Formats: sequence, C-alpha cells, structure tokens
Amino acid sequence: MTSIVKPPVRHPSLRTNALGLTLRDYEGVMSTLCAGCGHDSVTAALVQAAWELELEPHRAAKMSGIGCSSKTTAYFMKQSHGFNSVHGRMPSVTTGAAAANRGLTYIGISGDGDSLSIGLGQMCHAIRRNVDMLYVIENNGVYGLTKGQFSASADVGSTSKRGEANEQAPIDPVLLALSIGATFVARSFSGDKKQLVPILKAGLSHKGLALVDVISPCVTFNDHDGSTKSYKYTRDHEVEAVEADYVPVHLEITLPERAAPSDGGGELHVVPMHDGSAVRLRATAAGYDPTDRASAYAHVRACQARGEVATGLLFIDPASRDMHDQLRTTAAPLVDLPFESLCPGAAALDALMKRHR
Amino acid sequence: MKPTDVDDPRYYHKVVDCQWACPAHTNVPAYIRLIAQGRYTESYLLNRQSNVFPGVLGRTCDRPCEPACRRGRVDEKPVAICRLKRVASDLRDDIRPFLPTAPEEKNGKRVALVGAGPASLTVANDLLPLGYSVTIFEKNTEPGGLMRINIPSFRLPASVLDEECGYIIDMGAEMRYGTPVTSLKALLDEGFDAVFVGSGAPKGKELDIPGRHDDPAHVHIGIEWLANVHFRHVEKIEPRVVIIGVGNTAMDCCRTAKRLGATDVKVVARRGRKHFKASPWELEDAVEEQVEIVENRSPRRMIVEGGRLTGMEFDVLEWSEDASGRQSSRVVRTEIVPCDAVILAIGQENNFPWIERDIGVEFDAHGMPVVDRVTHRSTHPRVFFGGDAAWGPQNIIWAVAHGHQAAISIDLACQGRPVTDRPPEGMTLVSVKNGLHSWAYDNDFDPSARQVMRHEELTRRFQALNVEVELGFSPEQVATEVSRCLNCDIQTHFTPKRCIECDACIDVCPTNCLTITTNHSPEAELRQRLSAPAVNLSQEIYLSEPLPQTTRVMVKDEDVCLHCGLCAERCPTAAWDMRLFDLLKPVAGAACGQPELVNA
Repeated sequence: MTSIVKPPVRHPSLRTNALGLTLRDYEGVMSTLCAGCGHDSVTAALVQAAWELELEPHRAAKMSGIGCSSKTTAYFMKQSHGFNSVHGRMPSVTTGAAAANRGLTYIGISGDGDSLSIGLGQMCHAIRRNVDMLYVIENNGVYGLTKGQFSASADVGSTSKRGEANEQAPIDPVLLALSIGATFVARSFSGDKKQLVPILKAGLSHKGLALVDVISPCVTFNDHDGSTKSYKYTRDHEVEAVEADYVPVHLEITLPERAAPSDGGGELHVVPMHDGSAVRLRATAAGYDPTDRASAYAHVRACQARGEVATGLLFIDPASRDMHDQLRTTAAPLVDLPFESLCPGAAALDALMKRHR
Repeated sequence: MKPTDVDDPRYYHKVVDCQWACPAHTNVPAYIRLIAQGRYTESYLLNRQSNVFPGVLGRTCDRPCEPACRRGRVDEKPVAICRLKRVASDLRDDIRPFLPTAPEEKNGKRVALVGAGPASLTVANDLLPLGYSVTIFEKNTEPGGLMRINIPSFRLPASVLDEECGYIIDMGAEMRYGTPVTSLKALLDEGFDAVFVGSGAPKGKELDIPGRHDDPAHVHIGIEWLANVHFRHVEKIEPRVVIIGVGNTAMDCCRTAKRLGATDVKVVARRGRKHFKASPWELEDAVEEQVEIVENRSPRRMIVEGGRLTGMEFDVLEWSEDASGRQSSRVVRTEIVPCDAVILAIGQENNFPWIERDIGVEFDAHGMPVVDRVTHRSTHPRVFFGGDAAWGPQNIIWAVAHGHQAAISIDLACQGRPVTDRPPEGMTLVSVKNGLHSWAYDNDFDPSARQVMRHEELTRRFQALNVEVELGFSPEQVATEVSRCLNCDIQTHFTPKRCIECDACIDVCPTNCLTITTNHSPEAELRQRLSAPAVNLSQEIYLSEPLPQTTRVMVKDEDVCLHCGLCAERCPTAAWDMRLFDLLKPVAGAACGQPELVNA
C-alpha cells in the first residue's frame, strides 16, 4: 500500500520503445499489496518485459482469478483488456478467450492457492490443451489474503509464522507441468529480475502455454526463519539450472555475453520461437539438455533432493503445437469472421448434424 | 566507490539544491512549508536567520536558488522561491517581539562598519546581540546603500527597506549618517577593535569612445543617474534614450527612464541574448514596458552636433565560435541610432581612495584589497571586508553571506581566537514518520505549473516613480506555488542492515533513482549502469554499505528524486525512512570553536 498515487513525473532520460511508449506507459494503478510483496516485483518485471517486447497494450488481455496474485493484473498495462474471474477459473476463462480470439496476447496471473488448490484441475487442462498464453504462478507457499495458512506448495517442515510445521507434501507446479506435457516450463524468483525478465519475454513469445513458477515471497506471513519461500531462503538455495537470454526478432543471434559458469556448464542451445525471435539457453550443469523433457525432470528432482531450488527456463519444446494447431481452428479470430461464416444458418447446421447420424 | 558518509552535513545539504546554491544557505523548503501552513511570521523569522532582509530579497534577489531548484529538472520551471519569500514578508505579523535584543551590558569591544549597506547591516545584526558596540559610518542620510539609491522604488518600496534596516539599527547601532569615511588610518586610530569595510563598489564604469565628453549633460553613468533619480536631483529625461549594457543596472535604468518621460528607450548589447547578464525576469519586465533590446551592437562613437548629442554610432557585430568554444566577432557594418540621451550601464568598480596604502592593508595589481576568501580578513589584523567591497560587484544575498562570515571572524578576533578557528556546520536528522503511510509533510506530487507574478497595469505603473510593479501572489497562487516544492530537505535515509533486497523501492520509484548492484567499478562506470544512467555529474550518488543478504549495495542517484517518500512507504522493513534534515549553520558567538554545542 501507499498513501499517494505514483507521481506522473518520469526520469528525463527514460527511453521510448518502437511504439513511442515509455516504461511508465506499461504501468497500472498503484498496488494495494503489502509493502515489500514479491508480487510487486513480478509486476515490475512484466512491465519491463512488455515494454521491451514492444507489446501493444490494446492487443493484450490480462487474466486472473482470486488471491493476492490475482489482484496484480490491475497493477500493470492499464490500457489492456482484462478478466478477473472466479477463484481458480482463470485457466478455463483464458481457454475460452483464446479460442474465440487468437489475436490477443494472453497474460494469466495466478498464485499457489488459485492454481494448485482450487484451480489445480483447471490449470492441468489448460496445460494439456497448450493454450497460447503466459501462465505466471506467483508462488509464496502461503495463503496471504486469509492470514497465512499453508498453501499446497508449502514444503514439508517449513513453518508458519507462528511456528507450526507443515506435514503435507507440496505440489511442485514445475514437476507437475513437465509430467503432463507442458511445452514451456520455467522457475524464477521475484528478487532476480535479471533472470525473470528474459524468461517472461520468452514466455510471451512462446507458442503454447508458457508456465512460469515465480517464487514470490509473502513479506507479511512467509518471510521468516522457518520459511522455505523467504527472500533469504530462496537466495541461499537458488541454483540457476539454465541461463536464458531472449533475442528479439530484429537482433542477430550471437553468442551470449555472459561467461560460461565455472562448474563445467552445458552447451549453448539456440531455440527459435514461432515469431522469429530466439531464446538462447545454457544449462549450468553438464549433460543437462533443456529441450529434453526427461532430462529437465530428472534435473529438477535431483536439485530438490539436494535441497536446492532449480531456477531458469528449465524446459522448452521447440516443436510446440498450441490449442489452435491441435484443433485445426480457423486462422482468424472469430471477431474478424463475417457473420455468414460464423453463423452459417439452419441448413448448414442440419448438414453438420447429418454427418454424425 | 566508497560508501557515502551521510553523517557529514554536506551530503544532505547538497541534496537541498536551493539551500546549497543560496550563498547564505537559507532554509528554503522549511520556510515554504511554513507559508503553506499560513505561519508567515515564523516563515519570515526562519528566513531572517539566514538572509536578514526577506522583504527586500523577496523582491530583488538574484535568486541563485531558482536555477538550482530540483523542480526545474523534473518539470519545466523551478519553484518561485523568491516571490514566496515576499509572501512571508507581506503577510507576517509584527515580528519585533521575536527579534534578538542587544544586552544592556556591553562586552567592551567596539566595531566600526563602513557603509550602511546589506553587508555592514548583517555584521551589525550578528554582533549587536553579543554585546558589541557597533558604529556605522554612512555617507548618505539613510541606511540601505545600493538597496536604497540604486534599486528603483517601483521594484522595492522604501517602506520595506526602512522596516528591515530598522530592525537591525534599533538593536542599538550607533549611526553616523552623512559621514563618509575619508581615512581608514584615522578610523583605526579611534581605537576600534575591528573595522569592517562594506562600502560596496560605488563607481560606475566609463566608456571612452569619441564624443563621450562632448555633451556631458546628456551622457550619464547608470548607477550615478539612478542615485540622482532617488535623491530627486533628476526628475525627467529626454524622449529618446539609449542604454549601453545589458545587466540588471541597465534594466533599472531603462525602466526608470520610461517613468521619467522617455518614450523611445533602447538597451544596446554587444552580444547575443544568451550572454546577457541581466536576470531573465528583469529582461521580461523591461520588454513588457516596451523597452527595445538591441543585440550585437558595439559602441563606436557618440555623435554630438553643435554641442548637443544627436545619436550614437555602433558597429554591427556578427559572432562566431571556434572549435574550443571561444567567441569572436567581426564588424558587418555600422549603424547610427538617433538619441537625445545615453546612459552607460556597463559595470561597477571599487574605489578606495580613503584607504591609505601604508597602514598594512595590502592591495593587488588591480587595486583590490587582498582579502581571505573564508575569513574576510585583509592583511591588516583588525580590518575585514565584505559585500561588493571585498571582491567586486555581486548581489545583495552575497553581501549578506559575507556579513555573516565576517561577523564570525570579527567575534573570534575580538575574543583573541584565531579567525581560522571557525565553528563547524552541524545537522539534525529526524524521522518524519507519523504512522503507517503517514508523514509529517505533504508528500503528494502536485503537477501544477509555476505561477505567473501579477503586475500592475501598464498605464498605472507609469503614473509615479514609486508605483510597485509586482503585486505579489494571490492567496490561490500562494497555495498552488507552495505545493510545487518537492521538500528536498526531507531526506531519503537508508539503513543498510535492515534491507532484505525485495526490490520494492526500486520498482515503485517514479523517477528510477534506485539500483541494487555490485560495487566493483569506479564511480564513472557505476553511474552508467544504474536503473537510469546518472548523467548529471553535479548531483551526488549515494552508495550504501554492503547489504546483508547478497553483499550488493544500494545506490541512489539524487538528481531527480521527488522526495515523494514512496520508497519508504513500500519498504517492508523501514530500511528507507524519510528524515527531516536541518543544517545548523555557524553564526557569530554561537559555540564558536565548540562543535559539540553546535551539534547538540
């Protein structure tokens, strides 16, 4: 929360993108989340990513459900479309929206409560359908809006603010998504925008569902010594499994400037995206291939066993086919179709019905 | 780069751009807040601690604070600091009960002040309450110096000046009016413990061109002419007047000429507009009064026919700049401007015929006394200089600043201490947090534009010489203008050990001032890799001690910080706090050489 609205004044040297927009133009209304909430940093990373991608605000739709995380769609891209749905139903609503209008960029924001409890089934089926969307889970392991109960992502042994330990096994959205065919799976940390922004950009450019699990600490209820999703714990246990770098369409792909990691490091993978851009990936562990599902799954599990949190763009399927490819739908958004094609009349319906008799 | 030491008062002082730029370090944001609260008397008194003449300076100051104002870097125009000062002065109640008084019992030390201008009066203001016996020698019959005789009354009403000089003189200065000092030696021989020379730069510069002395009745020296107008020796001028020079004296001359009957007034400048010495607002006021400003003309000769001035001939110049930025001119043609009178306003000089050269006061090759820049002491241990007399013409606020410093020196000298033993600056830094997201100042940004000063109608302002042109701000204008101040004295204070590096402050900062980064490169390089490059090198960057979780550092570019407090509102651990900075300025007698008292 803040007592005032962010002053309209901006830094005199703030640059504009190709659309003539500054970073500030991608902001939304002032956040009403707690001071220091990780979600606000994710919001800032989304603003940065959308500005850098030169996303047209009126060609984007922000989708959310219920929870602290789901409030954040109000805090960026105030000129975009949005739908704040029922708890856990964001994936289904987005599936419908994407089916009707494939021309928009869908940004779904959810949390560990919204996606891993009440909306778990919804999420799984959106992943199976490979809906063309960015799916961000702002994951803090706790129900912040209802005063700090454990969520489905809380680790065994982690404690609540008052000291009780969690005894139920967590649902890891990354492992779950890998196991049910997700084509883009990443994990990042709200406190590391250097990593998060390129992942979000790659996710926005991915054809299909791009799942980004962001550890986003709850500064009020889950940033204490017994927490495994605090700023400090995440910093101490985060291991960047894959370095990702997003290369826009108009830039030539060159080798990354970042030096290869000291612990051996894997080979460089350049993954072309459907819009002509590319993602450069370099695994930090030898033998790990981020375009191989089994390898990614094994690596994340191995990290987990060592008490590490694997981050980075962990898996990407370069041959991803999204919902429209699978269903062989019309290429144009329904809104662009003439009425006669969209609603061909009773005779056409009869003909269709006949085929199924 | 080393972590910033914010315990040094200079760091936060520099953040308060207006106060840093003001020679007398007036606490501008604090007095603007007092105006906003309608506490005009307190605002006036706070002003007076530093600049002594808020009413005079609220109308005439050269305003070094305004070009420095941070608002000018984030918005089009700075806060109208100077005219807000006038508001405090115009609307105050009687302040006499709150003024310091001189003790009945004197300390036995006698100080002579030469000239009753702003520098001397400031010295008197600082020394009288300490028990010094102060005698002021003034050649005219009224106090004020150039404030009275050279600044026209349509800019500065005499009543304002009388009142503010009176506050000081009535503390018990012995005034010797009509008493020009003709010998410094004689003055020293009278047994004064110290002599302060604040006699200004009273001599107008000459222009030696052909014809200059052929019709002396119609060629005037600017400041002498203004003085003659003040004393009513001159009550009219011919219709066509040419003013040579384009400083503030030229502006006063041309506007005065318009009031004494001139109809066609031209101000002629050697160079182009961006090199003019006059303050932009004084130029605007002159232009509003239909004075013509003529650029790139160099005087060639005065044309006198039959003993009567009929015009002036000028070289028309064309200026060019070489690669190193040096300007050079060439004459394109010549031009004759017909006129009936000429006023020379090309500068002022010092004049010390009354100081004997063999009494220990050294002079340099230019005829200027050798004066220490810090202590204001000449090479004679009992003689001090300040104001225009010290280093040539500046403006009133500089004279006041000199007066304060000289008073410190005189006090030290009279108490037998070395004048270099100067009291240090101190500061207080107090949190303005009232509660959750509640601050003891209005942190909401007001996007209003700078208010335009209301002026007397053109037809009415020429009816008499003393019709004040500026009418002051209306109450609505005051309310708007005070809210434009960014409260730069309310500092963003950082406590590194509390930071959890959540990035909240960085994300919320509207002007990209903050960065968390590694501290591995020199400052010049660091400035380039911040959230927004810190390109304004005149502004400091703050660098914290290493942060607890990652040992990275918090960096803040002070340049365009709005002091909106959002970093502190979004900080979950109160690592950022908004704190009111108050600079404790050394003054004569206050804990001289005792820093612990200054810092108390």
